[in-house]
Amino acid sequence: MRTRVWSRHVLLLSSALLLTGCNLVQSPLNPVSPQARDLLWLFWIFSAVLAAIWLAVMLALLMSLRARRDVGTDPLAADPHRESRATMLVAGLAVATGLTVLVLTGLSFAGQRRLFGNETAAVTIRVLGHQWWWEFQYEDPDPSRRFNTANEIHVPVGQPVLIKLESTDVIHSFWVPSLMGKVDLIPGRQNILRFTAERAGIYRGQCAEFCGLQHAKMGMLVVVDEPEAFAQWRDAQVQPRLEPATDEARAGEQAFVAAPCSMCHQVRGTGAAGRNGPELTHVGSRRTLAAGTLPMSRGNLAAWIVDPHGIKPGVNMPLVKLDPGELNTISAYLEGLK
Amino acid sequence: MSDAATASRDLRDTGLDGPVLNTRLACVWGTPKGVIGWLSSVDHKVIGRRYIITAFLFLFLGGLTAIVMRLQLAQPENKLVGPDTYNQLFTMHGSTMMFLFGVPIGEAMAVYLVPLIVGTRNIAFPRLNAFSYWVYLFGGMFLWVSFLLNIGPDVGWFAYVPLSGPEYSPGKRADVWAQMITFTELSGLAVAIEIIVTVLKQRAPGMSLDRIPLFVWALFVNSFIIIFALPAVMIASTFLILDRLIGTQLFNPAEGGDALLFQHLFWFFGHPEVYIIFLPGTAFVSAIIPTFARREIFGYLALVLSLIATGFLSFGLWVHHMFTTGLPQLGAAFFTASSMLIAIPNGLQIFCWIATLWDGRPVWRTPLLFVCGFFFIFVAGGLSGIMLASVPIDTQVHDTYFVVAHFHYVLIGGNVFPLLAAIYYWFPKFTGRMMSERLGRWNFWLAFIGFNVAFFPMHISGLMGMPRRVYTYGPEMGWGDLQLLSTAGALMLFASFVVFLWNVVASVRGGEVAGSNPWGAGTLEWAAASPPAPQNFDHIPFVTHREPLWAERSGLPVVTGLSTRHRELVVSSVAEAEPQLRETSPAPSIWPLIAALAVGATFIGSIFTPHAVLWGAPPIAAALTGWFWPKNTPEDEE
Amino acid sequence: MRSHALIALLAGAALVGCQREERQARPSPVGSETQEQVALAPLSPGEPGPTTYTSGKAKEFEGNAYHLSQGKKLFVWFNCNGCHGSGGGGMGPALMDDRWIYGGSIENIVQTIREGRPNGMPSFRGRVPDDQIWELAAYVRSMSGNAPSSAAPARSDSLHSHPAENRQSPSPPIAGGIVPPSAEKPQ
Repeated sequence: MRTRVWSRHVLLLSSALLLTGCNLVQSPLNPVSPQARDLLWLFWIFSAVLAAIWLAVMLALLMSLRARRDVGTDPLAADPHRESRATMLVAGLAVATGLTVLVLTGLSFAGQRRLFGNETAAVTIRVLGHQWWWEFQYEDPDPSRRFNTANEIHVPVGQPVLIKLESTDVIHSFWVPSLMGKVDLIPGRQNILRFTAERAGIYRGQCAEFCGLQHAKMGMLVVVDEPEAFAQWRDAQVQPRLEPATDEARAGEQAFVAAPCSMCHQVRGTGAAGRNGPELTHVGSRRTLAAGTLPMSRGNLAAWIVDPHGIKPGVNMPLVKLDPGELNTISAYLEGLK
Repeated sequence: MSDAATASRDLRDTGLDGPVLNTRLACVWGTPKGVIGWLSSVDHKVIGRRYIITAFLFLFLGGLTAIVMRLQLAQPENKLVGPDTYNQLFTMHGSTMMFLFGVPIGEAMAVYLVPLIVGTRNIAFPRLNAFSYWVYLFGGMFLWVSFLLNIGPDVGWFAYVPLSGPEYSPGKRADVWAQMITFTELSGLAVAIEIIVTVLKQRAPGMSLDRIPLFVWALFVNSFIIIFALPAVMIASTFLILDRLIGTQLFNPAEGGDALLFQHLFWFFGHPEVYIIFLPGTAFVSAIIPTFARREIFGYLALVLSLIATGFLSFGLWVHHMFTTGLPQLGAAFFTASSMLIAIPNGLQIFCWIATLWDGRPVWRTPLLFVCGFFFIFVAGGLSGIMLASVPIDTQVHDTYFVVAHFHYVLIGGNVFPLLAAIYYWFPKFTGRMMSERLGRWNFWLAFIGFNVAFFPMHISGLMGMPRRVYTYGPEMGWGDLQLLSTAGALMLFASFVVFLWNVVASVRGGEVAGSNPWGAGTLEWAAASPPAPQNFDHIPFVTHREPLWAERSGLPVVTGLSTRHRELVVSSVAEAEPQLRETSPAPSIWPLIAALAVGATFIGSIFTPHAVLWGAPPIAAALTGWFWPKNTPEDEE
Repeated sequence: MRSHALIALLAGAALVGCQREERQARPSPVGSETQEQVALAPLSPGEPGPTTYTSGKAKEFEGNAYHLSQGKKLFVWFNCNGCHGSGGGGMGPALMDDRWIYGGSIENIVQTIREGRPNGMPSFRGRVPDDQIWELAAYVRSMSGNAPSSAAPARSDSLHSHPAENRQSPSPPIAGGIVPPSAEKPQ
């Protein structure tokens, strides 16, 4: 019950921050899961206690710097009465510090226990970190319902989600602050992260462990859908690519498969079956491009293809020689892959 | 008979005094003139001064990298520097500040001041001292020359594998980083050993353990932390070089290694490292507060015990840098408890210092201003550290600008502000001149305001989701305003250092002339001249109190009987400092420099080929042979 | 004075390493493929050997650590190890040795990747951008120790399937080629 009251206060506070114009799309101050809310509650408690302690210490410092009136000139002269009083005071403060630390530690332990639970998950996603994009594999007991996507995941509201974290190259860190604290992706081991989103919306995450040249632009989106919308999205993702609707898109598909694109990217339902870069079967349905760097649009697709190193210098995607016709048709095709 | 007696008295300082004794001792203890003499000096003051100047040079270089980074981050999608350059910049910034400035500056001040404060003539193992300086200089030059030639490391100052491993860091850049560590850690270990031996065995007679000034205690405990922590990072960096050069599989999970092994080894050093950087700050504060509060320090025993407790506890915290790596929760919780526990000795120190000020009479000069800045900033940083100690909170703010703010608060607040106070305090001792008070106030206020404007907003940036080590960010993230503010503050902070440099340069020649004790302080270094004569003291003092100059107003009692013909100092017992023997102190020697060159060449070569170790060993052996060749120094028979 | 000399010495040593450490985060725009006129046989009438013409692009890639490490990555990504193993061969010939059916200079290897070769080597022209073909060729050369050891990749971060390239002693290509294995065995 008390937690409920507190969490409402916390939500109010963070909404106030939102209203002040702080952009909280990727922020622990904008919690939408019980895990993130617990974390924020703990953070505010610690901040309040510690800020009070800091103020007290500064006050003591200020008071100690007032000019003394009755001190003699001999620096070694010390009033034993004052000394013993000061000793008791300092000893008492040390004990108080110890008690405060004990309480804060206890609060931290309690928070830690709540954070790392083990409820059964409704959705399980296996994350593979790459230099500098996210590969997501949706797991399912039925193999025909499994699929891969990249850089954007959808999860249902109100249902527990389990994320399994692995890395294919260097250490990355999966961090979507509105949903949960960060956990690292470390080559050679699999880490686990759980959350339950309580509110629909779009929340941004970013890699939080330095992983090389484009660590700064390794973002991701988590889209929290109502359960029906999520089921629809999932069914669509399982399907191979949408048939290209226009002539331009058809030409684009042919160009895509003939060009170097197919060596690294996969579009299920065509001959392009490369596994080195993000899967593009439903790339048009994503809201961003290049791991959260650009909003999805035909123009941005063309810009990315024609000059990836201008946008993300150092990426593994090479400069590919395409003539303008091919570029046009391929970007039309990819935009249509919803 | 009387001739022999007179002759033997002339050999020692017993009957001599005043200018005669002074010039004779200065002749014996002085550094020879000329370039070779300058290169072969073993005087701890000469070497200490070199160390301090070199460390400040690296501080400035590190500050320049910071300014470029801040200019790049001032606006979203800025194109001042690209990702490759930015990655090199923050790697150089962290490595320079932590390895080439943070640790060496504490050692530098220790090398200069500890022998003076314990009342001896030179540091223990003076030639090792010279060697350690050269190794430090070569290591720092190696890193910076590589950076300026575009071969600098770009993997962060803690260079996690596999990013810094053979597959994801091609070329020799990460090896430069790893070998620089070997240089600086060798140098650090050497100085730590010297400090421990000096403090244990070369104290002035009468300076029992409970009369050792807190400055010395802090640097003594610090030296133990150095000895136990530095080998861990040498191992980590050497393993990295082995993996990269000769194909060991230490950090390769596919072949039985572990990427987390590097993190454990590194942070086992890395956490004590920040205490190695902080403890000299406590040393400076403990020395300055009694002088500027005009009373003896309060709670001497509590402060000593806090220092020792901090030393031990600092080795039990390292996993708090690894809370997000997926380690078992129970283990992580243990480290939460230990990380919070260290707040108790640190808090005790703060309370004792404030109690000293409370009961004293503040003398408002620049050193006290910087000490107040230390309290304001360091306590804030320490408290944000308590937040980070909690595993749940850490999972949100780890690797964000919140952590960047935290560690700059504790490191700049806990090391740089006390350091500036210390320079203003001991500058008269080093140079014989006072620094300008007016410029000092400008220095302080620019630094204090600039620092807070630069780093406080970073707490908020981190809470708004900005991760560390990003070379740019999108305008839609909303971080631009705070980053611009931080940049403005950083520029102000840099300006304060320019003012500091100006103050130093102007005061060296034109400052007000200072006597031997311009602040009216109580510890032994203020009994020596300003600047001290090569022999430090004409007669070794005899200590009867924790603040000898305050206790013995009419003149220090002294110990006589040391030779005036060759370099001699007193070796005393560990606990009560009873004089035990007269020990010969080594004369100037060029061999430390030659040995350092041989060691440096071997280290640098060994990142290219393992054969460098083979080919480097004979020159090193030759240099060491020259170093240790018996010199036939005459010992006094009486 | 001493420090000046030392700086000069270090600078000299390091300038040599500059080419090794060059890293273009933003490569120049893609043109058409470079023109390499190589010979597949070491014979030609009269002295000296065959006339060849190379574009000089090899210099940018051969001793460059970044390009070599990218080549190593691409070797796995484009499934070269599906036929060539980790350099020891399989369906395709070994790449770690000194025997090259179609020539072992970097330009020859580039042409091999571009054009394909009889008996199973696919043509990658138009499928792999030219710069990446050069990276692959430079890496393949390093597999037989023909890249400077300070630039060559070291051990991989995966199963130890072949010796690290930087610890291979150089095996320069033997001129004259060999009879390909497919011609030795009965069909």
